[in-house]
Amino acid sequence: MTLFGYRIPMMASLIVWALVWEIVGRLDLIFLIPPMTAIIVAGFDLMQTGSWQNATLVTVRSFVIGMALAIGVGVPLGVMMGRVKIIDNIFGLWVNIFVSAPLSALVPVLMILFGMGEATIVVTVFLFAVWIIVLDARAGVMQVPPSLVEMARSYGASRATIMRKIILVAALPEILAGIRIGVIRGVKGVVIGQILVAVIGYGELFELYSRSFDMERFWALTLFLFAAAMVLSAVVENAEKRIEYYAGAR
Amino acid sequence: MSVMSQDVKVVAPAATTRQALRLFAERRRSFWVVLSLLVLFTAWEIAGRVPISFAFPTFLDTLAALAEMVADGSMVRAFFLTLQPLVLGVAISALLGIALGIVMGLSDRMEWLLAPVFIVLQAAPMAALVPLVTFVYGIGLVAKTLAVIMLALPVIVLNSYKAVRHVNPSLVDMCRSFQGTRRQQIFKIIIPDAAPVLFAGLRLGVAAGFIGVMLAELLITPTGIGDLITYHRSVANYAHMYAAVASIIAASTVTLAVLQWFETNVMRPEKRRS
Amino acid sequence: MNATALAADEFDPASVVTRDPVVRVEGICKHYGSVEALRGIDLQFERGKLTTLLGPSGCGKTTLLKIIAGLVPATSGRIIVNGRAVTGPGPERAFVFQDFALMPWATVLRNVGFGLELKGVPADERNRIARSYIGEVGLQGFEDKYPHELSGGMRQRVGIARAFAVNADVLLLDEPFSAVDEQNRRKFQEDLLRLVEMERKTFIFVTHSIEEAVYVSDRIVLLSPRPGRVSNIIDPRIDRTADPDDIRRDPGYLDVVEEIWQGLRHYAE
Repeated sequence: MTLFGYRIPMMASLIVWALVWEIVGRLDLIFLIPPMTAIIVAGFDLMQTGSWQNATLVTVRSFVIGMALAIGVGVPLGVMMGRVKIIDNIFGLWVNIFVSAPLSALVPVLMILFGMGEATIVVTVFLFAVWIIVLDARAGVMQVPPSLVEMARSYGASRATIMRKIILVAALPEILAGIRIGVIRGVKGVVIGQILVAVIGYGELFELYSRSFDMERFWALTLFLFAAAMVLSAVVENAEKRIEYYAGAR
Repeated sequence: MSVMSQDVKVVAPAATTRQALRLFAERRRSFWVVLSLLVLFTAWEIAGRVPISFAFPTFLDTLAALAEMVADGSMVRAFFLTLQPLVLGVAISALLGIALGIVMGLSDRMEWLLAPVFIVLQAAPMAALVPLVTFVYGIGLVAKTLAVIMLALPVIVLNSYKAVRHVNPSLVDMCRSFQGTRRQQIFKIIIPDAAPVLFAGLRLGVAAGFIGVMLAELLITPTGIGDLITYHRSVANYAHMYAAVASIIAASTVTLAVLQWFETNVMRPEKRRS
Repeated sequence: MNATALAADEFDPASVVTRDPVVRVEGICKHYGSVEALRGIDLQFERGKLTTLLGPSGCGKTTLLKIIAGLVPATSGRIIVNGRAVTGPGPERAFVFQDFALMPWATVLRNVGFGLELKGVPADERNRIARSYIGEVGLQGFEDKYPHELSGGMRQRVGIARAFAVNADVLLLDEPFSAVDEQNRRKFQEDLLRLVEMERKTFIFVTHSIEEAVYVSDRIVLLSPRPGRVSNIIDPRIDRTADPDDIRRDPGYLDVVEEIWQGLRHYAE
């Protein structure tokens, strides 16, 4: 939008919303909404506490392990589905089902299988993130121009070389796009998992603050998570843009 | 469900066994659907027989539990309860979301004001806010409906907004060249041209709504399918619990597949051939 | 069957004789940010004639056409149609789009009658008019088909019928045959000449094909690129009473094609 001839960046409207929040909070209309400044102060206080540091550590650890598994399993599976018809036929149905299934219903099953601890969270992150990574890797491999593969073959490249130097590289933009959406879904997974398990990480803190009606800390925690989700997504998007620099010529 | 919807191609007769197999694979999509179902169910059965965990029933036990719950009516009652907040929440999100998205797509000011909020809400883990709902709206239908709206609304808004922004500019020019009014442009060109994408957004909203309703039923108050899951878990009736989980995943899959079918066959007749 | 043309070097826009101008382009300039797309365009378009804007890609010919249509505002200068300055699209002008711009959700009948629908013409009447123009472009029997059921050539016939249906004085055609295959394109060009003959309307036609321009035009305006300017105006004066295939072999026709190519070749890489 432009105002008085100046272009105002879109995300600037978030500042307007933060101001509205502050005013609503100051008016003391709803106890659910404390002033934004109080939330930010609470956030800084929270960062000093051992319970927050500990919860963050646990959360980050489950998220990283879960994502690493999702990428480690998802990309190879997607690439294989893109190259081998039979694998595609067998797994395609399930990947397509689970990519949009209500996985929150599956968390109670994971809790009895993996216990009320970190393992359940790791598996939840994995299950939330992996399917879209598989689908995008598959799509990336399938749209590699056949002429590119034939070119490599005509110059005598081996199967392994074609896979490594042509297919994986050509599919990289889609693979990264899948990982970006996977990261966003993984953050949702870690939160849903922890809230449902409710005894570890941020889930425990959310439970604690909502029971004691500590809205400032509750919102501070929420803002941390929202910010983390946005930052992570921006980081992967940045990597994606660099890749698209050459992919644009495709 | 791209696997299911791909066209059956007619290929020239095969020479070798390998080619014959490939030919078979291409012609018989339904065969592969059945096979992939069989593969997973067999793996499930074997894992249950081993058993890999005391809390891992076999596939056949789960199937029997499902049949039992359908027969005694508890499954039907549960779905009746679960579908209420889901349908209500998705309907409200659809009306509100499509309206907001279209307004954002048409007006630069509204885009500036609202788009960042919904971009953040879609990327953010909204599940964290579900516990808040109970403070204000308790544990009834309203709270659960709100949980569905919280998860379904952002994706519907953003898709509607993108749908309007990606309307074929040449069609808009065409309408202008025939002196169509802004009103005619919106109702005769922009909304019809955006309709397939609006509908696709609705489908994503339904998927998010399923996640929301399950979250609400597991977190806020055990009712419907969520209650079946929680209850059978507490009494260690694992087969029944798995059957409840599988039933909601199946329900969501079937709903989304029907919506997808509707989208490709009714909303985009021009894409049917490709 | 002799074709004459003005020599490229001694061309002067003012010396080009134009009787009864329907469309006057006066000092049109167009800037996109810091990019200058068109510079000082002065042109006149005669009633009942087909004038082609021809030039290499990037010469702004489509931009000029859209400015005449009122779809794109000019940075400076003005367009006068039937004595009135243009401020936007108007009923005396109709546009034919390069990508057809057909509504995929509407039948051929509704697409052709869409211009009338927007003006509030009752359904009975607009369907009657639409049917007659569908017949004129040779699409009888396709009234209830959808655009995706038609070939590219047939789709553009729908686009042309839609433009005729609103009975505008001026028809603006933006590379209408560029998405049509070669065989159909020739048929199209012949049909277009028949329509020009029958309808006594003013046609402004944009193309990048020299052969097409020489074959269909009463007058060709050559534009040079970056920024777009009028570099030459050529009247091919081809005898259209002859057989189409003879015209394409006529030395006069070939001379004009060659002359234009010589004028444009230094813009090619």
